[in-house]
Amino acid sequence: MTENYTMPDVRGHFGPYGGMFVAETLIPPIQELNAAYQHYLGDADFIAELDKDLQYYVGRPSPLYHAERWSRELGGAQIYLKREDLNHTGSHKINNTVGQALLAKRMGKTRIIAETGAGQHGVATATVAARLGLECVVYMGAVDVARQSLNVYRMKLLGATVVAVESGSKTLKDALNEALRDWVTNVDNTFYIIGTVAGPHPYPAMVRDFQAIIGREAKQQCLEATGKLPDALVACVGGGSNAIGLFHPFIDDAQVALYGVEAAGDGIETGRHSAPLSAGRPGVLHGNRTYLMADDDGEIIETHSISAGLDYPGVGPEHAWLKDTGRAQYVSITDNEALEGFYALTRMEGIIPALESSHAMAYTMKLAPTLQPEQTIIVNLSGRGDKDMQTMAKREGIEL
Amino acid sequence: MSRLATTFEALAKSGSKALIPFITAGDPYPEFTVPLMHAMVTAGVDIIELGVPFSDPMADGPVIQRASERALGHKMSLRRTLSLAMEFRRTNPTTPLVLMGYLNPIEAMGYEEFANAAQRAGIDGVLTVDLPPEEGAHCAELLKARDIDPIFLLAPNSSVVRIQKMDTVGSGYLYYVSLKGVTGAGHLDIASVQTKVAELRAHTGLPVAVGFGVKDAATAKTIADLADGVVVGSALISKIEGNLDSPEQAKQEIIELLASMRLAMDTFGA
Repeated sequence: MTENYTMPDVRGHFGPYGGMFVAETLIPPIQELNAAYQHYLGDADFIAELDKDLQYYVGRPSPLYHAERWSRELGGAQIYLKREDLNHTGSHKINNTVGQALLAKRMGKTRIIAETGAGQHGVATATVAARLGLECVVYMGAVDVARQSLNVYRMKLLGATVVAVESGSKTLKDALNEALRDWVTNVDNTFYIIGTVAGPHPYPAMVRDFQAIIGREAKQQCLEATGKLPDALVACVGGGSNAIGLFHPFIDDAQVALYGVEAAGDGIETGRHSAPLSAGRPGVLHGNRTYLMADDDGEIIETHSISAGLDYPGVGPEHAWLKDTGRAQYVSITDNEALEGFYALTRMEGIIPALESSHAMAYTMKLAPTLQPEQTIIVNLSGRGDKDMQTMAKREGIEL
Repeated sequence: MSRLATTFEALAKSGSKALIPFITAGDPYPEFTVPLMHAMVTAGVDIIELGVPFSDPMADGPVIQRASERALGHKMSLRRTLSLAMEFRRTNPTTPLVLMGYLNPIEAMGYEEFANAAQRAGIDGVLTVDLPPEEGAHCAELLKARDIDPIFLLAPNSSVVRIQKMDTVGSGYLYYVSLKGVTGAGHLDIASVQTKVAELRAHTGLPVAVGFGVKDAATAKTIADLADGVVVGSALISKIEGNLDSPEQAKQEIIELLASMRLAMDTFGA
C-alpha cells in the first residue's frame, strides 16, 4: 500500500484510530512526555546509551534461528524464529522498558509505575527500575496475580511493589485503569511505563519505536541468511507491541505478508475470546480509538484467553489502521490450538515458548504448509514459557 | 440561552452559588434515581450532574467505580440513563441536567444519534471525561447546535493555553478539578484552589464550578466563596454505599447533607 509509511500524524492519529482521549489532568504530563520523547529521539547521546543497554544489558541482537526440523516436519516454508525469548528477563518487553526508563531518568522522574498482564512487562519494568534505583509500583489484575505467581515473586525480588487490582474483571484492562489513576494522582514525580502499543499518544508510537529493533534486526538477519526478504511475518497480538515491533520496518515492503494472531480463547463463535480485530468494533478506551470488545451500549466486555498477556479487550491503534487498510491480516487461534503450538515447538525444536507466543506458533503450523520450501516465514518468538509452567502443569494434572 | 446560562445568571443576581450534586444513574437500582433527583431539587440544589455508568471509569476513585458497577449490574446504559432524564423532565422543566461520563458509550450510539437523544431527553450539558477539545470539536458542535452545552474539565496543572481553549470550545460552565487525583480522593488545598480559580477567571467569562474533594457543609461553603458552583459526588454516593440494605435511609442522608451544604453556602460570614 503506502510508500514511505509515516504514521501517526502529529497528534497521534493512525487514520481514525489513536489520538489522545484522556481526562484533562493527564494532558500536561502527556504533553511533557511527548516533548521529551521527540527531543531525545534525535539526541545522539540518548540513542548511544540506549544502543549500549540493548547490546550489553538486554543481550541484543537476538538470533534469527532457522527451525529446520520443524520446517521439514510441516513440509512447506522455511520457518525462522526471532528469538526475543533469549532477551534478559525472557521476552521482548525489555526493549521498551529500557528505552522508557532512560527517558524517565532524563526527565528527572523518581518513581516508575506500570501495568502488567502475564507479568512479563511488570518484570521488565521492575528490572530496569532496580537497575536505575527508581521506586517501582506494578499494577496487576488479581486474576493474573493468581495465575502468574512466579512473575509476581520475580517482581517482588526486584524490589517492586505489586498491587493486585480487584476492580472490574481483575485482569489487564483493570490494571491499566488503576495505573492511570495512580499517574493522575502522582504526576509530578511519576513516569508511567506502558507496556504495549496502546494508551494515549505518544505511547503507541513511542513503544513501537522502541520495539522496532526487532524488525530491523530481523530484516538484516533474513537478508544475510536467505539473500532475500521474508515472504511472511507472524506474531501474536494482545496489545500488539511484539507484532508492531516486527512488522513496522517491513510495512513499506509490500511483498512481505503480515499476519497478526489474536487469541480466540474458547472460539470466536462462543464470545469467550480476546480478539477485537477479528470480532470487535471501533471505540475509545485507555486514551485511544481502536477496535474493542464492547457490547451494544459501549460497555467493555470481559475477555478470555489461556494467556494472560493476550487477555485484553483492546489493541494498539496502529493495528486497527493496518487492518482497515488491508496491509496486515489478523487471524485468530483458540486456546487449544495454541497448546498444540506450544507442544510442537517444545518437542520439535527444544524451545519452550510463552503461551502468548504459542498463538503465533499455532498459526505458523497452518500457514507454513501452504507455502513452498523456498519461501520464508519469520515468526516472533516473543517470550519464553518458563512463566507458564504452573499453568501447563495444572492442565496436565501435575502438582509442582 | 441554555438552561445552564439562565440558572447561573439568576444565581449571580441573587448573590448565591450553584450547588451541583453528582449521582450515578441507576445506583443502587434504576427506580431509585428519579425520586432522588426530585428530592435533591427540593433540598435546594441548582443543577444535577447525572453520571452515566461505564465499565472502565479511569478518572474515578473507588466510590464512584463501585456505583458504576452496581448500576451496570442492573443493566444500566447510556440509553437507560437518557430515559431516566426524560422521566425527570416530565415533572421538572427547569432544573438543568448535565450528563457526565466516558466517551465509549457515546461512540457506540453514534455522536449524532446521541446528540438528538440528549436533546429529546431535555439534557442541558454534557461532560465527557475522556474527550478533550482536540478530539471533541465535532461532538461539541453537534451538541451546541441543539442548545446543549459541552462542558470541559480544567485541572491544577492546566496551562493558560488550555484555559483559553476551554473557554472557546466549552459553554455552560467550566468544571475545575480541584486536585491531582481521582474523584473522592484526598482533601482540598483551599489556597491553591483560590489561586487557580483567580487564574481561570482572568481568561474566561464562563461560570466556574469546583469539584473533587467536597465532603461536607464546611468545604462546600469554602468553595462557594471562591467559585460559582460547588460539585459534590463521592460524599453523596458514600451514603448509598453505606445503606445498601436501606435505600430510603441513604436518600434521607443525602438530602440532609445537601440541605446542610445549601444552608452553609447561603450563610454570610464564616
